[in-house]
Amino acid sequence: MINLTIEGRPISVAEGTTILEAAKQVGVLIPHYCYHPGLPVAGVCRMCLVEVEKAPKLAPSCATTVAEGQVVHVHSEKSLDARKGVLEMLLINHPLDCPICDQSGECELQDYTFQEGREDSRYREPKRFNPVEDFGGDVVYVPNRCILCTRCVRFMDDVAEDPVLNVSERGDRALIGKFEGKDLTHAWAANVIDLCPVGALLSKDFLNKARAWELDRAASVCPNCTQGCNVIMETRENQLVRMRPRANEFVNAFFMCDWGRLNYRWMNEKDRVDQPMLRQNGALVVAEWEEAIAAAARLLKGKRVFVVASPMLSNESLFLLTQIMQGGSGTFRVMEGDEAPLPGVEDLALRRERAANVYGAEALGFRKSRDPLAGLGKGDVLIIAGEDLDGIDAAAMRGAGETIVIGSVMPHGVEGPAVVLPIANFSEEEGTVTNLRGRVQRFTQARQAPGLSRPSWLVLGDLLGAIGKQSSFFLPSQVFDQLAATNKKFAGLSYDTLGFKGLPIAGEPNKQKTAIAVGAA
Amino acid sequence: MGFPHESHQRETAVLSQHFGVAEARTLDGWKKRGGYQALEKALAMAPADIVTVIKDSGLRGRGGAGFPTGMKWSFMKPGDGKPHYLCCNADESEPGTFKDRELMRWTPHALVEGCAIGAYAIGAETAYIYIRGEFTEPLYFMEQAVKEAYAAGIIGKNAMGTGKRIDVHVHKGAGAYICGEETALMNSLEGRRGNPRIKPPFPAVSGLFGMPTTINNVETLIAAAPILMKGADWYKKMSLSNPKSTGTKLYSVCGNVQRPGTYEVVMGFPFREFLYDLCGGPVSGRKFKAVIPGGVSVPIQSMEEAEASLMDYEGFVEQGSMLGSGGVIVIDDAQSMVRVIARIARFFAHESCAQCTQCREGTAWATKILERIRDGQGAMEDLDTLMDISENMTGKTICVLSDSCATPIVSGIEKFRSEFESLIQGRKFHPVLAAVA
Amino acid sequence: MGGLESPDYASHDSGAHEPHTPVFTGAAKRELDELITRYPKKMAALLPALWIVQRERGWVSDGGMAEVAELLELTPAYVKGVVTFYTMYHQHPVAKYFIQVCTTSPCGICGADDVVKSLLRHTNTGELGVPSPDGKFAVIEVECLGACGFATPIMINEEFIESVTPENVPAILARFA
Repeated sequence: MINLTIEGRPISVAEGTTILEAAKQVGVLIPHYCYHPGLPVAGVCRMCLVEVEKAPKLAPSCATTVAEGQVVHVHSEKSLDARKGVLEMLLINHPLDCPICDQSGECELQDYTFQEGREDSRYREPKRFNPVEDFGGDVVYVPNRCILCTRCVRFMDDVAEDPVLNVSERGDRALIGKFEGKDLTHAWAANVIDLCPVGALLSKDFLNKARAWELDRAASVCPNCTQGCNVIMETRENQLVRMRPRANEFVNAFFMCDWGRLNYRWMNEKDRVDQPMLRQNGALVVAEWEEAIAAAARLLKGKRVFVVASPMLSNESLFLLTQIMQGGSGTFRVMEGDEAPLPGVEDLALRRERAANVYGAEALGFRKSRDPLAGLGKGDVLIIAGEDLDGIDAAAMRGAGETIVIGSVMPHGVEGPAVVLPIANFSEEEGTVTNLRGRVQRFTQARQAPGLSRPSWLVLGDLLGAIGKQSSFFLPSQVFDQLAATNKKFAGLSYDTLGFKGLPIAGEPNKQKTAIAVGAA
Repeated sequence: MGFPHESHQRETAVLSQHFGVAEARTLDGWKKRGGYQALEKALAMAPADIVTVIKDSGLRGRGGAGFPTGMKWSFMKPGDGKPHYLCCNADESEPGTFKDRELMRWTPHALVEGCAIGAYAIGAETAYIYIRGEFTEPLYFMEQAVKEAYAAGIIGKNAMGTGKRIDVHVHKGAGAYICGEETALMNSLEGRRGNPRIKPPFPAVSGLFGMPTTINNVETLIAAAPILMKGADWYKKMSLSNPKSTGTKLYSVCGNVQRPGTYEVVMGFPFREFLYDLCGGPVSGRKFKAVIPGGVSVPIQSMEEAEASLMDYEGFVEQGSMLGSGGVIVIDDAQSMVRVIARIARFFAHESCAQCTQCREGTAWATKILERIRDGQGAMEDLDTLMDISENMTGKTICVLSDSCATPIVSGIEKFRSEFESLIQGRKFHPVLAAVA
Repeated sequence: MGGLESPDYASHDSGAHEPHTPVFTGAAKRELDELITRYPKKMAALLPALWIVQRERGWVSDGGMAEVAELLELTPAYVKGVVTFYTMYHQHPVAKYFIQVCTTSPCGICGADDVVKSLLRHTNTGELGVPSPDGKFAVIEVECLGACGFATPIMINEEFIESVTPENVPAILARFA
């Protein structure tokens, strides 16, 4: 262990730790641009220069390892002057078009300039100009704003292992370039947008859609495949406008794939069932919640239950469904697509199975099937939970006794369900899902569900109570606690212990794939 | 020798004695002049002993950094199981410097021999000579010499019949001053953009292809042969002044002098006599105004400083500058210092690799301000801004190109401020009227 | 484009849009194969390979870059990043006789600017970077060519010519008729 002092705070770190990472551990953030814990060190932006006592020159803290007895000053006059100088230099050719730049409000150039930069500009010369370029995929490049930190190039080179970006030209003519006809079509390319500290690399999808400070944010998990990348769901006026990755060293490092990232619109679905309904005289009429729940409970009494569930449902909801169907059986189906790994991170890929909770569904006793209605017995009560049955042959449902729909949309081909209970979709409630490696992760509510829709766990808990089984769930954590108490695999876990990086179920290893020090973006 | 002029009797021609003699370029011609005896001697010595001799001699890097060569060679640990490399830095691009060009086009075999000696001394089986792409003649003559040396078995898998392997390859650059920086040179050789690397790791630990590497200047390597033949003491005794600087140095003299060319004098030679006697002084009717003794990266000297300098590493430092590459640029009173410095800044702005913020933006910014002042559109605060930019460009980057750009600006404003102020105050530059001959 | 102004070399047309035919066949391929053996990593043969392309075709096109990339197991974007770093690789066809004049300060104070003016006049180009009407000459300024004591040096294609003065320009150009 090496002992040193940073900004007056003593610290002991492993040999080989950089000054910048050591500083994070004592709560000192050294401003930087080109450094990123998920990328190889470049040391080019020169923003992270710090004063080290007895050293002749300022040290680039991202590229300098700690030494015994070092005394480091991050906010001394020399360090502040050096940073002020870098900021001034970065701004001389920068267009200062914050009013029309998407990055405004989440721009590190803005942030540090406001914190430590000059109030004025001494630059009197014409600014460099290059036209905007379409880099392909979801990415637009605005060279005039580029600070040449090269994070994007290093990401594509070393993490995506698809070197389609370069630094072209030399000196102040330099800009990020690519080769004609070879675009950013890599399945993970859009991460360069997050990595870019300024508004040089922008998302076409998000272009001019919202201001960063208008967004509400919720910590969640990407529901679009079984990898379970941690995300931030961002909404404006209750509409999801963006999903961005959240760092998790056990799952997705700092990244998420383009498919997941851009596939959020389905959660803004419009054609909702948002009121409880009962079939009366052959037609569905709106009912009170208590009425509808009671009606459903009556239907279930003494009957065999067959559940077709969605693998997008939370562990909590799937667990409650198994309690409701006790003795019966449950199936689910899952969409599939091509796997697309991110080679630079261990065990990280866009997975073939395109839903969040396949592992949870199977662990809780649901059977994966391409034909989820096969096995439906004549006279069974069919519960369709969260599934839209798109593409499923409706004829298979005719054998059912009665059908109860518990969902956010009316499933295709369902003729005359007896009861419809409207629930929140993935973005509108809280719960946990389990990824393909058995990691249980919490997701939180990002949007308000429409109309009279209720969280799925609440509805199912009430239904469970109405059929005479014990329940009094007021929080999803309580449902989870019950699940953990009942199912050996989930034993010992709780919302408190899960936190926001999750934990594996019993028997699965808790393997960290990458190092993420405190404060990593 | 004062090539292309007649050799001056006060020169000490060790490395340059065969300049202008076409025969010396051939293997036979070189051998006739004692060539490859040093290599033969070296191959019979232990590498560690060669390093000791070079250390003893006090030879220092002649490319500009002046790092003790023997010490540099001793950083290469023998027996580490890794391939070692020698890179010869023949990227000579420091404005004002052209000595390596002469060495290569007149005595190419001297460099082959120097590379072979150096490679052997550091445990390397492969030496690359990185020659800038513009050096058509040196490239040609070096390729010829290497070919001849291979054909004669002097180098190759059985160098001079000793069973030791020494390969020498010429590698052509493609137009980038920054590739003269040792780590950028290695990157360029590897097929990358010529970006300097962060140190540590140092080349002797992780250099070319990640392996232990030594990079030496052309002149430095060529000096190894006479030192081995005549001994470290001989080399040391040549120095006129300070024992810290030994041997001879080639000086490229250019600009407003009577006899521009390549001169070789011993360390410690008085600069005033060098300029007025050996180089012939100013052209008719003119007076010297300023001198840059070591290539554009070193501080500009006033004539007072220059005339008080002794030509060695310490001597120039004592008089406000540095020996650097030994590229002596002489500026007379017909020249506008602002114009000169603006053009120097433009050079650095062109050559910046673009990695570090201060260099990428600062060199171009400084150039624009200087050109504005040159063109009569300057303001007094521009001088403060230039000094401030220069401070930001010093000591804060991966390599010293940024510092090198700042140096002439700072020394120029400090020592020739009146010329800047004149232009700012709207008075155009007029060269001093020439004296009637 | 932008930044410090460097001359925008015209003549983007001739040969620029023809489909690329492989450079590295026959002797050129053998040459590259030999070069590759000089280095422990293939990638190190990149600059030499690009020189072969320029020698054979007069410039380095996108097609040339893609071909080199394939042979050396690199991506075209990577090769392009390298090509655009080095000033001596032409990224578009240039005039038959491409003239580079050193105007850095040591030559600058020895009249390099007058040499440039003389060249512009006697080549009939009139403007830096613009080829002469017959496509024969183009003149650009370059940085220090490393022959400062022989001011002003110029290069015409690969030929290095020392001690050029405004007066001896016509005689020099005559050799390239």
